[in-house]
Amino acid sequence: MRLFLPLMLLFVAFFSKQGLAETKQEIKIAYLAQEKQVPAALSNLEPFIADKGLQGALLGIKDNNTTGQFTGQNYFLKQEVVPLGGDVKLAFSALLKEGYQLIIVNLPAAQLVQIQQLNNNQALLFDVATRTDAFRQAQCLQGVLHILPSRAMRADALAQYMLKKRWNQWFLVIGATPEDELYAQAIRRSAKRFGMKIIAEKKWLHSYDARRTAQSDIPVFTQVDDYDVLVVADEQGLFGEYISYRTWLPRPVIGTQGLVATAWHRTHEQWGAVQIQNRFKALAQRQMEEEDYAAYLAMRAIGETVTRTQSAEASQVKVYLFSERFKLQGYKGKPLSFRAWNGQLRQPVLLAAPTSLVVAPPLEGFLHPKNELDTLGYDQPETHCK
Amino acid sequence: MEIKAILLSSLLLSTSLATAETVFVTLEKDNAIAVVDPIAGKLIKTVDVGQRPRGIALSKDQQILYIATSDDDAVIEVDANTLQVKGKLPSGEDPETFAINKLGTRMYVSNEDDNQVTVIDLSSKQAIHQVAVGVEPEGIAVSPDGKWVVSASETTNMVHWIDGVSHEIKANTLVDPRPRALSFTADGQQLWVTSEIDGTLMVIDVASKKIIQRVHFSVPGLGQEKIQPVGVVIDDKRQWAYVALGPANRVAVINAQTFEVEKYLLVGARVWNLAFSPAQERLYTTNGVSHDISIIDLENHKVTKSIAVGRYPWGVAVKP
Repeated sequence: MRLFLPLMLLFVAFFSKQGLAETKQEIKIAYLAQEKQVPAALSNLEPFIADKGLQGALLGIKDNNTTGQFTGQNYFLKQEVVPLGGDVKLAFSALLKEGYQLIIVNLPAAQLVQIQQLNNNQALLFDVATRTDAFRQAQCLQGVLHILPSRAMRADALAQYMLKKRWNQWFLVIGATPEDELYAQAIRRSAKRFGMKIIAEKKWLHSYDARRTAQSDIPVFTQVDDYDVLVVADEQGLFGEYISYRTWLPRPVIGTQGLVATAWHRTHEQWGAVQIQNRFKALAQRQMEEEDYAAYLAMRAIGETVTRTQSAEASQVKVYLFSERFKLQGYKGKPLSFRAWNGQLRQPVLLAAPTSLVVAPPLEGFLHPKNELDTLGYDQPETHCK
Repeated sequence: MEIKAILLSSLLLSTSLATAETVFVTLEKDNAIAVVDPIAGKLIKTVDVGQRPRGIALSKDQQILYIATSDDDAVIEVDANTLQVKGKLPSGEDPETFAINKLGTRMYVSNEDDNQVTVIDLSSKQAIHQVAVGVEPEGIAVSPDGKWVVSASETTNMVHWIDGVSHEIKANTLVDPRPRALSFTADGQQLWVTSEIDGTLMVIDVASKKIIQRVHFSVPGLGQEKIQPVGVVIDDKRQWAYVALGPANRVAVINAQTFEVEKYLLVGARVWNLAFSPAQERLYTTNGVSHDISIIDLENHKVTKSIAVGRYPWGVAVKP
């Protein structure tokens, strides 16, 4: 009974009647992003999505306001999408000036660092775009919460599955971009962590034309010593799709193509996921992408905090989000929470094939003294963040 | 010793003869219901009913089976004897589960995708009201006196107290994350609610609408994240309560007076929903992932049997 007392204190019963509009608490949230250049694509099968992230935030605020009608709270979302070539720093400063303390940020790593330096801990930033390991391990960003799984979390999820399948010998293929190299670093770290062996590593420097690449180059390129599984690091999707079914040896492909590690996937239906997939499709007229899921979770994390603490002030929201009490339902069968040392959202990572969800690590048997979700990514002793 | 055994078996035989009940189980992935003779321990037959059947209950006179066929956006009426589909109720979109009042006159349906509760008049078969509730309403229950209809919203994390007459929301109680199922005690004084994500059971005092007790579960050798409480039932004497713990594959036996968990009974994989036999001497559990139901003898709190029924058993109803 003694144990329950602190919990009971947090409990609030609302007897609010609807229509008390004048006494409603207003919660202001901003969404900051920049328009994106349409990238080069391997094929036109997957259309370019301009509003990745924003639609998730819109669904989140809708859900928050459905709850808010019972708690006397009204959530307002300011959408700040800076045009190509526009100054994101200026837009961010303006948001701070207007008093926004809760800001969902959908920007690449370099720009996130720039605005974080301007922030000076005034606002709480919800990063829904980066997977940069440095932010979770060495270059720690104060006042930033990272919603998407880092590359290390993704690589660990893949490694757990490969270990379980006893695919112990890996052939790592790396693309030409700096991001591909970061992904490869995460894969190498996981291989070491789980005692796997990378028997060969090759950089893909060939052309991206389907006619010559796929049929002729890949069988030649993939002639290395025997291996169990080919791990591909091609974040932009410039050549990875060519690899499956064309390797010299018949081997599965895993990584950024083939079996992928992701925060969200259209094939995911368990743990109530089908409900949010349906709600999202009804709202956005398309499938939910990772950034949408992240923005939705950021919005719901704010909603949960405000509902239970009645506070929308950045410092207080942060305290609640880092507390033991915060448990977010994220449609992945486990309560999600934040790692207090680096602001990373703890979560299962989905391993998905194009039309089937394979598994959602952490897998059974990968144990952790505190929380099994912390078997993915940088754990407290491995990070310099505090 | 032998005489005792014979006596016991003849006693069992006589009780089993006295209670020839039928168990109906919805099979979410087979689009069918399973008809089970629990005493013989046999699956009698499987009957197609419609897409993704989940919630199931009997009418007051036990002659009609109501089944929520979620992907057909309907609650269907099935003759409980012939198992022929007789009609359809205007349930609203994506009905997952529903509750019927004690008089048998009203049905309250959770429309999960629309954030609504639909009120159906069972005599005229008309939808007479829709109540806007929180995000993803699922568990629903009517108080024994019909005064309250309580709907749990899985994402809003609240139970909404809907007035049984005016259909207005009169109060909301904030609960632990992802509330799933809820049941009133037979005396109508308490509402028991499970939280899937927090792994808790909350006991709410109906008069004050406040949580008066939280029950936590812990099974030695089993990770805490496996404990995801779903179905909850309390016996009429408020002596024992039973909670299905989902992927923990166990049913918790709770002393309903002291709120102590007295026992964990191992049943099938991902135990989901629960139903008593008419005289409350047995409990039936649907085990989603092992595709079977378990029978628990409530006198000894022992699992006596499991019966394979079909793919993804979800709801269960018992006809005397």
